[in-house]
Amino acid sequence: MAQAQSRTPSLAVPSSPHDHGGGSVSSVMTAVIIGLAPVSLYSVYLFGWPVLFLLVVTLAAGLATEAVMLRLMDRPVRPHLLDGSATVTCLLLGLSLPATTPWWIAALGAVFGIGVGKQLYGGLGANPFNPAMIARVMLLISFPKELSTWPAIKPLFSGQALSFSEGLGVTFAGDKTPALPPDAASAATPLGHLKTELTMNLTVEEILGQGYSHTQALFGSLSGSAGETSAVLVLLGGLYLWWRGVIGWRIPGSMIAGTAAMALVFNIYDPSAFPGVAFHLLNGSLLFGAFFIATDMVTSPTTPRGQLVYGAGCGVLTYIIRTWGGYPEGVSFAVVLMNAGVPLIDHYTRPRVFGKEQAGGPPVGSEE
Amino acid sequence: MAEQHTPILPAFFPGGIEPEEHKELTSESPIRRLPVPDVLHVPLKQHIGNPAQALVKAGDHVRKGDVIGKPEGFVSAPVHAPTSGTVTAIEDYPAPHPSGLNGPTVHLEADGRDEWTELDPRPDFHKLGPAGIRGRIRQAGLVGMGGAGFPTFVKLNPGPDRAVDTIILNGGESEPYLTCDDRLMRERPKEILHGASIIGYTVGAKRIVVAIEANKWQAISAMLGASVGWPQIEVVAVENRYPMGAEKQLILSVTGREVPSGRLPADVGVLNQNVGTAYATYRAIVLGEPLIERVVTVSGEAIREPANLEVRFGTPIETIAAACGGYADLGRLIMGGPFVGSALHNTDPPMVKETNGLIFHARSQVPNEPVMPCIRCGACVEACPVSLVPNEMYHLARNKEFERVQDYDLFDCIECGCCAWVCPSNLPLVHYYRYAKSEIQAKERQKEVADIARRRTEARDARLRREKEEKEAKRRAKKKQTDAAKAESDTTDPREEAARKAADKRRRMRGKSPQSSDDGNDAEEGDAEGPGTAATSDESNQR
Amino acid sequence: MWAAILILGGLSLAIGLFLAFASRKLAVEKDPLVEEIDARLPQTQCAQCGYPGCNPYAEAIARGEAEINRCPPGGQETVESLAELLGVEPPSLEGEERPPSVAIIEEDKCIGCTLCIQACPVDAIVGAPKQMHTVIEDACTGCELCLEPCPVDCIYMEPIPETLENWRWRHPEKQEAIRDEASQKVVTAGG
Repeated sequence: MAQAQSRTPSLAVPSSPHDHGGGSVSSVMTAVIIGLAPVSLYSVYLFGWPVLFLLVVTLAAGLATEAVMLRLMDRPVRPHLLDGSATVTCLLLGLSLPATTPWWIAALGAVFGIGVGKQLYGGLGANPFNPAMIARVMLLISFPKELSTWPAIKPLFSGQALSFSEGLGVTFAGDKTPALPPDAASAATPLGHLKTELTMNLTVEEILGQGYSHTQALFGSLSGSAGETSAVLVLLGGLYLWWRGVIGWRIPGSMIAGTAAMALVFNIYDPSAFPGVAFHLLNGSLLFGAFFIATDMVTSPTTPRGQLVYGAGCGVLTYIIRTWGGYPEGVSFAVVLMNAGVPLIDHYTRPRVFGKEQAGGPPVGSEE
Repeated sequence: MAEQHTPILPAFFPGGIEPEEHKELTSESPIRRLPVPDVLHVPLKQHIGNPAQALVKAGDHVRKGDVIGKPEGFVSAPVHAPTSGTVTAIEDYPAPHPSGLNGPTVHLEADGRDEWTELDPRPDFHKLGPAGIRGRIRQAGLVGMGGAGFPTFVKLNPGPDRAVDTIILNGGESEPYLTCDDRLMRERPKEILHGASIIGYTVGAKRIVVAIEANKWQAISAMLGASVGWPQIEVVAVENRYPMGAEKQLILSVTGREVPSGRLPADVGVLNQNVGTAYATYRAIVLGEPLIERVVTVSGEAIREPANLEVRFGTPIETIAAACGGYADLGRLIMGGPFVGSALHNTDPPMVKETNGLIFHARSQVPNEPVMPCIRCGACVEACPVSLVPNEMYHLARNKEFERVQDYDLFDCIECGCCAWVCPSNLPLVHYYRYAKSEIQAKERQKEVADIARRRTEARDARLRREKEEKEAKRRAKKKQTDAAKAESDTTDPREEAARKAADKRRRMRGKSPQSSDDGNDAEEGDAEGPGTAATSDESNQR
Repeated sequence: MWAAILILGGLSLAIGLFLAFASRKLAVEKDPLVEEIDARLPQTQCAQCGYPGCNPYAEAIARGEAEINRCPPGGQETVESLAELLGVEPPSLEGEERPPSVAIIEEDKCIGCTLCIQACPVDAIVGAPKQMHTVIEDACTGCELCLEPCPVDCIYMEPIPETLENWRWRHPEKQEAIRDEASQKVVTAGG
């Protein structure tokens, strides 16, 4: 019996190691989706049905694009569609748009992000830029008005909440009247508000005195895109990802530190023109970007030192764009800009190899 | 208890992983001696370096411990008869190698008496002196028992400019499943330490450190107990982290010394020996026995009765499996540990000196997860115990960019498998590095061969030119056949002629398919034209 | 305006003179390109390219007379390596790639005519007139030039076998394909 078995010619003969830790791309992506869940659900609660429709539209358009592109490139469709990477991209894109974005803009973004931003570069793992952010940047440049119109908060189950059909109207018919009467059509985000008011020679203190508080930023009752709302929930999701080992501390840590350092320096230099550290950290999509966007594996460095450089670069650029740029928020631009530098960063931050002075260098202790 | 007295040294190397150990399958099975099988297939290459040369022929009778293969060159080791019996053949036989190829093998039929050849035990090893001990260790065929199979005597001779002050006895055994070193340390600690003291004496080391992973606390206490009375020996526990058993990583963790890239541990004054090698040293010197058997862990989910067995070299794996109750649903057979061992094609090959484990994986354990593209997650960078950038090396090796992959320190890779273990995309990373390494080495060999050919052809050209000149000179001296000399200078280079003919032949071959007519043409042409030089026409005239 | 023309004209004249001087003074004695091409050729000396050896072929390539795809022993790999060196698109190999081989003389048939010895470009055959000849296998490049002159057809080519010493790891993607097939087999067998 045993003899007969031994004559079977084909035992598997791969190279070592003959053991695997069990991780997979889909488990990584699933973890990211779970990490995004609190923010997404809260955002649906805050802005009502339109957010849900928005996410459904981006997901449908993105996944359809992924399937079509995979088919065109003659690659296996099912494993790649189910690996969850396209889902993550679409979720991130959806969450970075204003809740009232018309469906066609969202769909266009998803098609562009997946089709051009990811698949044209060669699909999973080959894209140099974060597909969600490249799509958002494209939309922001093409449709500045729609992308900077932030709806006022109308939580579900409250008196102001939009009904299902009103929600449909907002997303699919471009309805503004029932939901957003002209006078209260939109509420500026704290960052946007600050930017406009600063140009009117007001001081930071005067501006923020008009009804801003850090608590609101923490718990997300201020306007913004879906992912920007609650700093606490973003942190919660981020900590979950860190605990699962999906993200390291380096990129989020250095990105937050980068923005904080800039804010601190300029706030000390002139507190009336530059808001403080807490304001910069809690508002806009800095935390969301630090935990969910900049940490995108494909488009961030793999070396430990590289991750620190990249994160810090994202943080500093975010502050610069926020403060001196043309847009009130700069996370997406900062991330896309730093994406472009990733190959270079990776190349120059290779770790010191065991037994060598430096990567690719001479052995330790060698004279010269 | 022992583990409370022994501080645990942390892993100083970067990265590393903590895989499931599976050691419980065999850690409580005492070493059992496997009866000598009726037929043994003893490979002549059981070590790194050149294969040994067979000293016996079919029909020879040998006794246990007789030399049947003598070492060939410096880095090589002799092979001894594992039992007494008759040599039936010297023939190729499946080697325990991932290629599944055959290697030269001595086939032996045991006579059942298992009688030793004359042994020369030297318990008073001091009288031999270091050189004498090294010679005996070489004659006993000792190689590294941790899996690499590097001849031991080479390691024991670090050279005059390298002073070794510390011996590290490697009881790391950080690979899953393997427990043979663990059992050896628990059951035969005195012999191991005796062997270690011989090694220490040979290289003149003052300090011997036995480093054992913290999960093997019985081994630690056994070794601690045995080390009483050996002042130069200390037993330390090291953190339980793969690849703690890797030579340079262990040396860093125990001594804080970093072995430079491309150098030997002796360059930082350390010699690293596996506990199994120390035990074999004891037997080789004190008992005078050459290396003919070792302890092997037979384990895995597909084997019925996992065990630690003391097995003669040359015993077919099939026989070993049968002694462990046989196997069922076998999907993969690994010689060595699951991280650096080789998968074998079937159970025919014999076990050899470097076989520290035989792991029978069930079919369900053979991976069939889809291989996805690299998502640059960086897990491999964090896991690498050498601080390489495995993801970049993967892309370069895959695209055959062999020069650039060497810039990424390919040859510093120890093939420990940490990167592939953590890879969420299931990429066979180590396979890519092995592929790149063997391609680069093959290219270097090809280059050497090409250089030799170039030198030979240049030498030939020079010779032909000289001959031609000499001939010319002679002819001019005769000053008779001026016309003939002119004709001679017109004749073409013989190789140009050959090239033209070869081209003609190929043209014809393209035109006609049958072989036979081709041959006819060749003969015809050979006869009709004849070779081009004067020298050759002389020859053909002779014919 | 004249000043500008004069200055620029003078400058270009001076630079031109300097370049002419430099090209004379710093001329390279031996053409390094030939050596670099030669280094990338397999040195089989088989003359299948139509030139009497690797070095003459390298010289012909350097002169621009020969295509770079005429070296079957080097295979497509050599074509690509040469294309990279010369900065051209790699053409596909002319002729077919064959596994590396060595010549073997059937010693009982050999009549000792020495014709093969003279044909061998690397002096890898030893023997004397009327004595049996033998190929030094380590030096043989597998060029096949000795096959034709042999009047009794006692030389044949044998591919170099794969042994434990020269075995190489295969590209994993080929292995992966095999594994996928194997795993599918297992599945069908199980179900």
